[in-house]
Amino acid sequence: MSWAWVEVKPNENDLMHPGHLACQGCGATIAARLALKVLGRKAVFVIPASCWSVIDGAWPQHALQIPVFHTAFETAAIAATGIRAALDMKGKHDVHVVAWAGDGGTFDIGLQALSGAAERNENIIYITYDNEAYMNTGIQRSSSTPLGAWTTTTPDERPEDKPKKNMMEILAAHRVPYAATASIAYPDDFIRKLKKATQVKGFRFIHLFSPCPPGWKMASNLSVRSARLAVETKIFPLYEIEDGEVYTITHWPKGLPVEEYFKLQGRFKPVLKDPDRLAYIQRYVETQWEKLVRLHEASHGYLPEEARATIRSAI
Amino acid sequence: MKLIEKSQYTVLKGNYAVAHGVRLARVEVISAYPITPQTTIAEKLADMTATGELKARFITVESEHSAISAVIASSLAGARSFTATASQGLALMHEMLHWATGARAPVVMVNVNRALAPSWNIWTEQTDSLAQRDTGWIQIYNESNQEVLDTTILAFKIAERVYLPTMVVLDAFILSHTSEPVEIYPQELVDEFLPPYEHPNAINFDDPRAIGAFARPEYYMEFRYNIQKAHEEALRVFKEETELFADMFGRKYDTVEEFMLDDADYVLVLAGSTATTAKYAVAQLRERGEKVGIMRIKLFRPFPVEDVRRVLSGRKKVAVIDRNVSFGHSGIFYMETRAAMYGAKDRPPIFGYVAGLGGRDVRPQDIIDIYEDMKRREEPENIIWKGVRV
Ligand SMILES: Cc1ncc(C[n+]2csc(CCOP(=O)(O)OP(=O)(O)O)c2C)c(N)n1
Ligand code: SF4
Ligand SMILES: [Mg+2]
Repeated sequence: MSWAWVEVKPNENDLMHPGHLACQGCGATIAARLALKVLGRKAVFVIPASCWSVIDGAWPQHALQIPVFHTAFETAAIAATGIRAALDMKGKHDVHVVAWAGDGGTFDIGLQALSGAAERNENIIYITYDNEAYMNTGIQRSSSTPLGAWTTTTPDERPEDKPKKNMMEILAAHRVPYAATASIAYPDDFIRKLKKATQVKGFRFIHLFSPCPPGWKMASNLSVRSARLAVETKIFPLYEIEDGEVYTITHWPKGLPVEEYFKLQGRFKPVLKDPDRLAYIQRYVETQWEKLVRLHEASHGYLPEEARATIRSAI
Repeated sequence: MKLIEKSQYTVLKGNYAVAHGVRLARVEVISAYPITPQTTIAEKLADMTATGELKARFITVESEHSAISAVIASSLAGARSFTATASQGLALMHEMLHWATGARAPVVMVNVNRALAPSWNIWTEQTDSLAQRDTGWIQIYNESNQEVLDTTILAFKIAERVYLPTMVVLDAFILSHTSEPVEIYPQELVDEFLPPYEHPNAINFDDPRAIGAFARPEYYMEFRYNIQKAHEEALRVFKEETELFADMFGRKYDTVEEFMLDDADYVLVLAGSTATTAKYAVAQLRERGEKVGIMRIKLFRPFPVEDVRRVLSGRKKVAVIDRNVSFGHSGIFYMETRAAMYGAKDRPPIFGYVAGLGGRDVRPQDIIDIYEDMKRREEPENIIWKGVRV
């Protein structure tokens, strides 16, 4: 038997090189590649315990072509703050210091340090790639795990019974200058938002939806499609909040039924078998969406035409 | 006029001596969270950075865990960095104390020795810092406020030569909140002693590295070996730097301090400000003709095994007085002293005393009692409680 080797040459302009250790179809790698296209070489990534502690590579190699600081699980925001402080003291103000954390490191164990940094309006960019569970330790629930989902700690017999924590509202309550949701399935939207974030000073937050094929029990070619469906079903709306007050929805979804999204993923098998729960989740998604649309309307004084079609009840 | 002659003499509490040490060391990033009896260090440094007396960023974090995490990161990113805490705060930092060592961040931290809860108790006890023994930090204990200021400056020099985090330890209230005369050196002289800080792995966009990346079993062990080697080096560096410090500033410190030991048959071993009380008691015992002296342990990590052996070998008896306890065994300085003496020539019997927990006073008479108790006893014991009501 003979082996055919194909040499993969890194693209000079691509700041994420081949050889990283993520699974096939990992949304978190798409996320980082896109982010670095905006951030460029003068960026530092601070990575707490997460899949990304592994993805970047084992010492002495690493895939990202920028300096990376690994740090303890709950310290992404504060370690980034420390690096920012050092760079500022050295007069190096032109570097983007980016905390790059999973949902567990953000919604749960890292929330305290995140809240501190957000409240002090530290001059850092915090990006959470959200795969809706603790994937690195083998798919346990986090407070980002959505209603109805299976994880190893919310087994099929007792699936997740609480809705996902609303991180954006928590950030809005801190009055941070910029917070946005984004999705790897909408690269233009994500890139625009990250660019905007780089032009703002102070604490900037991006909540980036990032599918995980093994954790979601789906085929590795479905990452982008599932991320797209999360948006089009209104489960994961794309919007931004400026100064904790001005809400802007950046993509008006088709409003597909939530089953369309659930059907792709084995983790929602228990919900799909339970019509009552499914109906409940659909209603929950509708009310959350309506609230968001109202906030957009209140911020801008009007709603665009395409907004009306997304709301079930009469306006 | 020599630079040292420009020193100012003033009266300072231990915590302010720390702050002046930090100022003279030209620290660039500070992060600290209030806890009695450390709080006045944080307050003083907040003042100094607010007025511009010290040009540094002061990060007012939401916990000690974040305070230490911030300064580890800033230290690795190339800024001289400092934090201070006590007791519960130090315990909360535990995970990051290991991180600082593993990442080779030469952070300096002051810990004001305070008892751990429950019961809540803000007074002095050494268990908080000694419980962090195996985190890989250099640990230096102090007896006076002058020594605290001097050791803060020395700590940066030593830490930054071997890339190990360093803890400077002083007693709650007895030092932290008690005023003593202190000499504050001129900035130029401290600058001569302590050059600007650099970290070889600090952020470099032309050579972008991953700091703290995961290491498989084929590499991890070498990192640990290197930390041990750095500690061995730290022992030599401590000697060199304390000599240089003596030349430049006129005060000589060593790994252990020897007091009235020349002809001593009996030795009391202890650390921290209790040594001052013990010295007073020993002077009285000497007047009565007792051949007793003191070995005060200043450097706890790396442990100065050779010096401890040199000082204690050939004595008749040794009593170690611990203001701390490792439950289920004994006092910690006792344990360490015994371990160092195992295999030494002419090893004396060593008696372990635990006294003064949770800030209970250790008075000269207590020291004299301990001395007489040791003299009377035939067989050494691991843990003899002094002053406990049972
Ligand atoms: C203090 C601490 N507790 C637990 C862990 C174990 N741990 C490492 S990564 C991880 C889960 C990370 O989840 P998330 O932040 O969502 O990132 P993901 O792995 O999903 O990318 C856990 C629980 C740890 N490293 N540190
Ligand atoms: S487990 Fe999921 S998040 Fe982790 S590397 Fe694999 S695909 Fe990516
Ligand atoms: Mg996750």
